[in-house]
Amino acid sequence: MAEKVLMKGNEAIAEAAIKAGCRHYFGYPITPQTEIAAYMAKRMPKIGGTFLQAESEIAAINMVYGVASAGFRVMTSSSSPGVSLKQEGISYIAGSDLPALIVNVQRGGPGLGGIQPSQSDYFQATKGGGHGDYHLIVLAPASVQEMADLTVKAFDLADKYRCPAMLLADGTMGQMMEPVVLPEVDTAPVEKPWAVTGTKNARPHNIINSLYLKPDQLEKTNFERYEKYRQIEENEVMYESFMMEDAEYCVVAFGITARISKNAVIAARKKGIKVGMIRPITLWPFPTDAIAKAAEQVKGFLSVELSMGQMIEDVRLASGCRRPVLLCNRTGGMIVSPEEVLAKIDELVAL
Amino acid sequence: MIVFEKPKALTDVPLHYCPGCTHGIIHRLVAEAIDELDILGRTVGVAPVGCSVMSYDYFACDMVEAAHGRAPAVATGLKRAMPDNIIFTYQGDGDLASIGMAETVHSATRNENITVIFVNNAIYGMTGGQMAPTSLPGQVTQTSPYGRDIATAGYPIRVSEMLSTLDGPAYIERVAVNNVKNVKNAKKAILKAFRNQVEGKGFSLIEVVSTCPTNWGMTPAKALEWVENNMIPYYPLGVYRDKYADAKEG
Amino acid sequence: MLTQILIAGFGGQGVLFAGKFLAYKGLFENKEVSWLPSYGPEMRGGTANCSVILSDDPVGSPIVSAPDVLIAMNLPSLDKYEDACVPGAKLFIDETLIARKIARTDVDAYYIPATKMAKDAGIPTLANMIMVGKMIRETGTVSFEGMEDALKKVVSAKHADLLEVNLKAIRAGYDYEG
Repeated sequence: MAEKVLMKGNEAIAEAAIKAGCRHYFGYPITPQTEIAAYMAKRMPKIGGTFLQAESEIAAINMVYGVASAGFRVMTSSSSPGVSLKQEGISYIAGSDLPALIVNVQRGGPGLGGIQPSQSDYFQATKGGGHGDYHLIVLAPASVQEMADLTVKAFDLADKYRCPAMLLADGTMGQMMEPVVLPEVDTAPVEKPWAVTGTKNARPHNIINSLYLKPDQLEKTNFERYEKYRQIEENEVMYESFMMEDAEYCVVAFGITARISKNAVIAARKKGIKVGMIRPITLWPFPTDAIAKAAEQVKGFLSVELSMGQMIEDVRLASGCRRPVLLCNRTGGMIVSPEEVLAKIDELVAL
Repeated sequence: MIVFEKPKALTDVPLHYCPGCTHGIIHRLVAEAIDELDILGRTVGVAPVGCSVMSYDYFACDMVEAAHGRAPAVATGLKRAMPDNIIFTYQGDGDLASIGMAETVHSATRNENITVIFVNNAIYGMTGGQMAPTSLPGQVTQTSPYGRDIATAGYPIRVSEMLSTLDGPAYIERVAVNNVKNVKNAKKAILKAFRNQVEGKGFSLIEVVSTCPTNWGMTPAKALEWVENNMIPYYPLGVYRDKYADAKEG
Repeated sequence: MLTQILIAGFGGQGVLFAGKFLAYKGLFENKEVSWLPSYGPEMRGGTANCSVILSDDPVGSPIVSAPDVLIAMNLPSLDKYEDACVPGAKLFIDETLIARKIARTDVDAYYIPATKMAKDAGIPTLANMIMVGKMIRETGTVSFEGMEDALKKVVSAKHADLLEVNLKAIRAGYDYEG
């Protein structure tokens, strides 16, 4: 078995990306994700890859667009305000059906916000973010091991479906160290006949483009892309179910808040409350069916989030509003405590 | 005897440009350079947003359509991933000198080994004739209906002069395509800008002073005169940077 | 067994380093571990702290809000975290820099003149590891054996000469009777 090493979440993302065959990284410094850039700056020159500190987040994502057009695995990373700047490029990448990885190690917002952990970019990540009809595949790691594993998974899914993927972490996940076994990746290259690598005078020219001046063509393209999204929703939903077998109440939380909520669930069980947890690993596609099924079983839901309540809307939708859904939240860089979650579970039980 | 042929680097798609617009000439000069260097099979072009947005249909090489102003960043990505390919951008003045100025300056200062064709016609053509960063003082446009007022809209940007203050770029020249002599010079400059990249010399930018008869509200002939009498005096033609010229002489 | 450790002090006192060392020591003893630093501008000359969790089971929340073990390297840290400690917690206090005694009666306090000891021993930057040595002695959370393996993971190869002095500091703390 490969060696367990202690790594920061941010570093695990970077090393896993390299293992996944990513040789091109473009970024811009912003707390709390700069370790990714620093790691890439150190490693990429030694393995014949590209590290480039771009002039802006906007330039960085468009460099990603360029490399993705050529068919190579490529990534950028940033934190909330920087990811807002990247939305233009992300929309173009989605609109041109290109695979790429965008990492968002979230911090508090809106505006310049703060630098402490947050999950308040949930809407931005899962509902579009940029202009137009599109989705990102959004993966939410809850351990340093998952920071590594889901980075590899994100590259694979992006290639498989020709669409951008996002790793949505937060400052805690980025900064914390845990033991991690770095994944060994089969880097067999994916065929990309659409890539702009030069015609070699052997084929008609390839065009990477998101412009369709004829509305019927744009409509057709959008419908086709949504058929692809439907397949992703059908095949790629990932979630963890914790103590749900006999649960009468269901906590829904992702990333760092799922870690914290787990403590609360265990504490509640000790008090005799039959509570379980569903932890979405893919935020888009959202584990709608799992929540819907839980709605038949449980008396209520508790959405635990580091935001003013964003994922709670998806929980309500998925549960068909058949059960009460409470919110346990802190924002601005404050983090919920297991005690706060437990108190909300008590509140849910008392309804 | 064949004395003139359409370059192989152009497709058969009919150009959509207005009568008298010089984009067509500039497209041909770019295509001829690609043909003469025999690099069509390994060239990737980056189209901008603006009148030449659909140039991805006209050039026969692989093409990428960039967001407004981002072509040099996209080209940077392409070139870093494929250093043996020839990467060029084709951009207008709003694209390159306004919304994309940061990408322009930084790709130049990094001396990215790419070729930038910068078409300066002092107006936003595609959107219907608004003031550009290169619109002349007093120039009437849709968004400067009383003439560009330098008190509120500031001065035009002389891109070639500005970029030549950087240590990075290899080659910067301003040309025009308003008469036969200038077209011939422009052809030489564009060819050199591509050859520089083939030879690994670095960032080469050719600013082509161009026309927009439609949005200038002139006949094509008048537009060419306006280039001679108004544009060129403000934007003098010539070589602004040639890193390797001095080396050759020394 | 689950031990939640909070190490807190000024930036520059090696608070994060001490935490990393403990995390590696735990890893080498096949424990589940997590290490979470405070980050941001406060790292530069302000207060710094890190949460270290050593556990037999997978670590849930990596945030230590109710420490079993507190290592306080300055007064603001003791002021901030004394009340947060669980009853029965062990508090390690650098008495060179913290003049006051603790107010709580339901926890154990150990006062170590770590900064003075480090200075006297010619290793002025290693008060942190003296504190760690004492903590290991009093809690038994990790074993005193095999320090070197964990140290090698946190002291870069470039500074291999620092291994010896770190060991010396840990031993000084471990042996301190006070």
